[in-house]
Amino acid sequence: MNKLTFSIGGIHPSDSKISRGCKIETLPLPPKVYVSMFQHLGAQAKPVVAVGDKVKAGQIIAEPGGFISAYVHSPVSGTVKSIAPRKDLAGFAVMHIEIDVEGDEWAEGVDLSPELVTNIPEDRDFILDRIKMCGVVGLGGATFPTHVKLNPPPGKTAECLILNGAECEPFLTSDFRILLERTDEIVVGAAIMQKVLGGCRCVIGIEENKPEAIEAVSASVARLGFPGMSVATLKKRYPQGGEKQLIDAVMHRQVKSGGLPIDVGAVVQNVATSLAVYEAVQKNKPLVTNTMTFTGNVVPPERQHNYLFRIGTPLSFIAEQAGGIPENAVKLVSGGPMMGKAIANLEATTVKGSSSILCLGDETRRHPETACIRCGRCADACPMGLEPFFLKKLYGVGDTDALERNAVQDCIECGCCQYSCPAYVPLLDNIRMAKAQVMGIIRARNAKK
Amino acid sequence: MLVSPSPHLHSPASTNSIMRDVVIALLPALVVMILFYGWSAIIVTAVSCVSCVGLEYAISRWLMHKPSLFNGWSALVTGVLLAMNLPSTTPWWIVFIGAVVAIGVAKMSFGGLGQNLFNPAITARVFLLISFPVAMTNWAMPQGFIPAVDAVSGATPLGLIKEGLKSGQTISEALAASGLDVHYVLRDLGASGGEVSALALVLGFCYLLVRKVVKPWIPLSILVTITVISAVFSGIDPEHFTGPNFNLMTGGVLLGALFMATDYVTSPVSNLGGVIYGIGIGLIVMMIRYFGSYPEGMSFAILIMNCFVPLINRAFHQKKYGRS
Amino acid sequence: MTQTIIWTVSVLTVLGLVLALVLFWVARKFRVEEDPRIDEIEKTLPGANCGGCGFAGCRAFADAAVKAGNLDKNYCPVGGNDVMKKVAGILGCEIKEAAPRVAVVRCNGACSVRPRINVYEGTQSCKVKAALYGGDTGCLFGCLGCGDCVAACQFGALSMNAETGLPEVDEEKCTACGKCVAACPKRIIELRAKGPRGMRMFVSCTNKDKGPVARKACGNACIGCGICVKTCRHDAITLSDNVAYIDFEKCKLCRECEAMCPTGAIHGVNFPKPLDKEAVKKRIAERNAKEKEAANE
Repeated sequence: MNKLTFSIGGIHPSDSKISRGCKIETLPLPPKVYVSMFQHLGAQAKPVVAVGDKVKAGQIIAEPGGFISAYVHSPVSGTVKSIAPRKDLAGFAVMHIEIDVEGDEWAEGVDLSPELVTNIPEDRDFILDRIKMCGVVGLGGATFPTHVKLNPPPGKTAECLILNGAECEPFLTSDFRILLERTDEIVVGAAIMQKVLGGCRCVIGIEENKPEAIEAVSASVARLGFPGMSVATLKKRYPQGGEKQLIDAVMHRQVKSGGLPIDVGAVVQNVATSLAVYEAVQKNKPLVTNTMTFTGNVVPPERQHNYLFRIGTPLSFIAEQAGGIPENAVKLVSGGPMMGKAIANLEATTVKGSSSILCLGDETRRHPETACIRCGRCADACPMGLEPFFLKKLYGVGDTDALERNAVQDCIECGCCQYSCPAYVPLLDNIRMAKAQVMGIIRARNAKK
Repeated sequence: MLVSPSPHLHSPASTNSIMRDVVIALLPALVVMILFYGWSAIIVTAVSCVSCVGLEYAISRWLMHKPSLFNGWSALVTGVLLAMNLPSTTPWWIVFIGAVVAIGVAKMSFGGLGQNLFNPAITARVFLLISFPVAMTNWAMPQGFIPAVDAVSGATPLGLIKEGLKSGQTISEALAASGLDVHYVLRDLGASGGEVSALALVLGFCYLLVRKVVKPWIPLSILVTITVISAVFSGIDPEHFTGPNFNLMTGGVLLGALFMATDYVTSPVSNLGGVIYGIGIGLIVMMIRYFGSYPEGMSFAILIMNCFVPLINRAFHQKKYGRS
Repeated sequence: MTQTIIWTVSVLTVLGLVLALVLFWVARKFRVEEDPRIDEIEKTLPGANCGGCGFAGCRAFADAAVKAGNLDKNYCPVGGNDVMKKVAGILGCEIKEAAPRVAVVRCNGACSVRPRINVYEGTQSCKVKAALYGGDTGCLFGCLGCGDCVAACQFGALSMNAETGLPEVDEEKCTACGKCVAACPKRIIELRAKGPRGMRMFVSCTNKDKGPVARKACGNACIGCGICVKTCRHDAITLSDNVAYIDFEKCKLCRECEAMCPTGAIHGVNFPKPLDKEAVKKRIAERNAKEKEAANE
């Protein structure tokens, strides 16, 4: 079988999918949930409930704060205890709605039955409205509001919907598990998005290290028979699941610098988003649950888990349910080990985009930086074709013009450069700063125009 | 708990592991050299390695007050390469001066590992070649642990031919006068210690390729350039221009192309840049050999192209995503 | 032989003369007329090219000053009033004398009073650290301790105190150029008037959290209790966002606020005598009692 992959750079870290065999378990309800108002890209959501209000699971508790923003729903039924700033996992203060959990009563109109609904509504606007009202956002990491992404600006049409099942980050297995256990729902979700995008074709891309998932999805696609849908096997290579890399692999097209995927006729959605779209449109169930992995190489095999959790469950509660954080863990990460964020505050809460709690041992410690020997491994590894060692040097001397000429703004912060640097130079730490600086200059310039 | 920016994992490769791989790759050739040249080669190698590592440690620790600059494996690579570039008869104090030039002048005075413009081992070799021409070009009768039947002592074949050509002889006359013949020369490869066995060098290089420490583009472009130029010239006039076989196998071409020109710090980063750099080295080697006054030119060629590396790095970038 | 020498000498002489003429002509033709005062002012300036004045360097400062013909928009913080007087003399205009200023670090959350809740392990740069997360202590506002300000200072006036983990300003060396202010991502460094004989009061904390939160994060935090505001008889202290601020123009250096501050967030520096807190507290209590009596009567 022809395996697809992107054309520039990439690395091959050990995939460490230790928890791949763990079935998805439903996490019990915590005594309290804290729902963040900042779970999506764009403007912060505005609370529409007051302290003391009784809420039901699936009820809207905050509305979008701008065009790019999303509705937020209560994940549980209970009483609003407070609406106040609370520290997120990075330790920054963000507005949260605290809800005391009192049972599990769902709002009216939410269909909780497990039956598969394959009849897709005809009305495009109805579908988009459902997706918006259910607060669906991209669950691949960026949490971009899905209804905005599925509604390309006038003059641009989607040729191909790429469903991202690559899960190229080591350790993570939640996408793999839903591909196995909720295959049909994901396929129907993809068909819904195909319809919204005007009946474009759809490619479901899955990395070769998940043969069971490829088999299951292929069988489901054949059985359900939606037109223009196919499964593609991707090579195991990081960052295969990067939006731009996936478009390169599947469509052999490259998004221009500063451009959007829709410019080359592509829309990329994560498989978990597809499941959320299915639940929103077919079951009218808002995005209040997601799947996450509790894993890490210091976690003993019997304590590895894939959980279906209510969004807003504190991380500490999940860790407790999983049997606690192992003593030899030195760093906790939310997300994959390459792009995930270190957890500075375990009391923080889960958000829509939470995909894992990763317990890393001593191998995550950084080594002291030594001199760059210009081996060029960073440049070979960069999937955007940049020269990280050079960018770091330019940042050091503060040459923003040269940084822009050398395309620092194209960096996708995948971490390949820093991963592969034999001199342990913190390349991405510096490039991220340089990128922010150059992006600021570009934005200021565009604003002037 | 630790908190740090992503990525949270690191590949197992480190500067130390890379340098260690290079030393391992040089081992077969080193063993062959010692087998051929015996105790004298062991002494040269030992002096060179110990003084390179010792000097790097001493300079980084007590002169530059930056102990973190010390990288033992990298100094060891320089030490081994320097030893392979010197005749086994070199007195220990010349070897030591070589180490001082390599580590002290060519490497540490530029700021240590990663900062040097010129390859340290080659800088030292060229310095010694100019300062002690007799000691550096007179190759000993191999007196090693295995008897070399066809062994000779005296000037290297390249030197013999150069001298002969200068005095107006043709290549065959020059070889006849010295009692050698081309086939004999090729079989014995009696040039520098390190290139006694081309096979051992290629074997070591293959190890580096397998370990993905180096890419083949630089050596390939050097060797192809040399082959093409010498094939053309010797095809036109075989009596005044030596052929490809001879040029590839003598005068440190293999050692230089496989292990010295591929030094990370002093070679271009991009693949295309590497090819340009390799072609440049090949051209300069052949120009020096055919038209220059030195019998061989590998060291000079690499040093000259080292100067161009910053320019090549500036001119050749790799292909960027979405910016064709 | 002789002919060669003659030829060489004459060719080189002629060449030299021709080139000299060309250079002379070019120098005349392309001469840029420049106000000589620019050079003069540039020489007067300290020449640090630090950018503390808001211009790219000393030359740019001189250029702008001569163009404007006055010094309304130019002030060299490094040279201070003395240099500015000289510059004004060259231009023949007046200057507004500015009080000399000095950088002040408004964080006193030393390691001993501000418990670490995690360990940062990344590039040692406050900028990188601030972009990543809230910091390795419970305080979101305090010093991150990676020393970006120290690196930014061209005058060697800042250094990290290994014991407290906070930067310290050498007032002799500080020129108030403002580089450290810009370098600090937490904006805790402020340029304040030096004060008479260097004496000045300031609140050494910028924590905007509510009292209990701030207190939990740092033993020396300003908890926004407002005692200092009530104590001050000169209206010099204001409280906003749970943090007090002392207006240095109104402050009379009585040090009463410092004595009353329950957390020690208010600092007085360069005073000849150490503060006798109990005596000042007693004095305030007596005065308050008297005032109460007066009010009752």
